[in-house]
Amino acid sequence: MKELISDELYTILEEEETNTIKIKGILRLNGLSEYAPIAAILENRAAQGNCMVVDVIDLEFLNSSGIAMLSKFIIGARNQNVKDLTFIGSKKIAWQSKSLANLRRLYPALQLEIV
Amino acid sequence: MNRVFGEFEESTVDRETELLTLKFSPNSVPLKQRWRNNGLSADFMADYVTTFFPYTKDDIASQNRQNEIKSAVNYIANELLENAMKYSSEMKEYPIEIHLLLEKDKIVFYETNTASKKDIDAFVSYIENLEKKGATALYFERLEKMAVDGLEEGSGLGYATMINDYNAKLSWSFVEVNKDFTTVTTMVKFETNI
Repeated sequence: MKELISDELYTILEEEETNTIKIKGILRLNGLSEYAPIAAILENRAAQGNCMVVDVIDLEFLNSSGIAMLSKFIIGARNQNVKDLTFIGSKKIAWQSKSLANLRRLYPALQLEIV
Repeated sequence: MNRVFGEFEESTVDRETELLTLKFSPNSVPLKQRWRNNGLSADFMADYVTTFFPYTKDDIASQNRQNEIKSAVNYIANELLENAMKYSSEMKEYPIEIHLLLEKDKIVFYETNTASKKDIDAFVSYIENLEKKGATALYFERLEKMAVDGLEEGSGLGYATMINDYNAKLSWSFVEVNKDFTTVTTMVKFETNI
């Protein structure tokens, strides 16, 4: 996978063939403004009109600003009627089952795979 | 004016209480420049409590329990500290304190900081809204509003998530220090017998 953003605590990767963005590590950025570069990547890939996968299997921690960023992205995708948007999460990471289910409440067409 | 919201209980610490306290003073490094410390402190608190919820290799339920408690402590401590760092007064006589108490079948946090009248008024109005609408409704309302308005600060999502996703019970005590500043203590309690 190609590295798009790399920081001490987190990495954003891309697999172009499957239009997958992988977010891994620990995300505790301060407010939506610090999340803007990540939000821009997600919005840009969703706007390409293909199916899209957001892989958070290795995202160990996400603060409430991060939840807000993902929610805002999903509401945007819903309003633009983006089809084939899949989030992949992990059963092993406790925050994911509940918080990812909340994301689907924002956009019921969102596909959620907890593996 | 002093006020209480929710079922706030003053902390009772005796010789047998398991207690972890962290205190941050604005004297050395300005509070707003200490963002990294929030995560370090939350990670430490989360690792610390695992000692009290051991697991055995063959018992998946005990592993899940430790994992869930660790995750809850990490999220709650981090959100309490992030909020405190954002809204606390930078005056040196007003430190931020966070206490974690291990009680039978529950973990209780007390986070105390002092903020300006403007920030306190906004916070009280948020709590009143939370009590009126409930955490779930407010959570989704805030997200939808944020997507339209780009609202960023003061979204209160952290508190709503604690209630929604971690079944935590929240309460607050506000004590006026003078006409400009009020000290607020947030109490977060959640069951560990899960």
